[in-house]
Amino acid sequence: MEAARDDGEAASSRSAALSAEPTDAQLVQRCRGGDEAAWGELVDRFSRYVYAIATQAFRLPEHDAEDVFQEVFARVYERLGDLRDDDAVRPWIGQLTRRLCIDRLRSGSREQLADEDALEGIAADDAIAEIEQAFDVHEALAGLSESCQEILDRFFARDESYRVIGEALELPPGTIASRISRCLGKLRDNFDDEGRNQPGAASSEQVT
Amino acid sequence: MSAHHDIEHLARLIGMFPPPPDAWVRAARELPQARRELDGIVARAEADAEFRAALITDLESALRAEGVEPTRPLLDELRRRVAD
Repeated sequence: MEAARDDGEAASSRSAALSAEPTDAQLVQRCRGGDEAAWGELVDRFSRYVYAIATQAFRLPEHDAEDVFQEVFARVYERLGDLRDDDAVRPWIGQLTRRLCIDRLRSGSREQLADEDALEGIAADDAIAEIEQAFDVHEALAGLSESCQEILDRFFARDESYRVIGEALELPPGTIASRISRCLGKLRDNFDDEGRNQPGAASSEQVT
Repeated sequence: MSAHHDIEHLARLIGMFPPPPDAWVRAARELPQARRELDGIVARAEADAEFRAALITDLESALRAEGVEPTRPLLDELRRRVAD
């Protein structure tokens, strides 16, 4: 019964999420028009992406990652008007983040690191590709019920224990594992339904 | 790829996207407001030499006093604008 109820909830939530969420291009247009709420949404949408590139692909220490993070959003805010294709905001932010990470590594090195290709190599292509996939999966979470989104995010992304999750969501810790498993199954089904068996497949566009 | 493996892969990808610290996100979200505060600080510095001197001495405290999180890009911009 609970699974059936969750399925209905998920379908309803998914439909609402898909219709309510502005596209990247819509968000960019609203930001360009001075809509500060849209700017907040844009920051929320891309903050994990920027953070993941800095800390996981380039393995920057926390204080360097923070500087890069703030610099990325400062530049995005200043240069949003220069973006030629509003749909390309994600690859643009990704590229900007990688460039600023490289600058940070270069400025922190005592050696002369003139070879940019070598620096690009520090962030393995595999790591960047996986972060792109992780972004797709994170977006797909919006298609699940709020309870599924929260439990998966808390357990996998925030690394919270069953006990902490149980207390926060007022659930018996013994039911957490089965809920996680069921929510993951729904997420996989959503990918299958949308023909997105390969997360990240649509995210390789680059901005020059 | 088995269904089981699919699920493990999805779980790992969710784990690759932790949230950054709240304070970082808050500072980035408040950028439009911070820019306005910056304009006010610069205008005040242009009109008040004493304030300008204090500002140059300690940019970070000046921003904090105005309720602005002194992130590096904002400090750099304020430094540049006060020096102009």
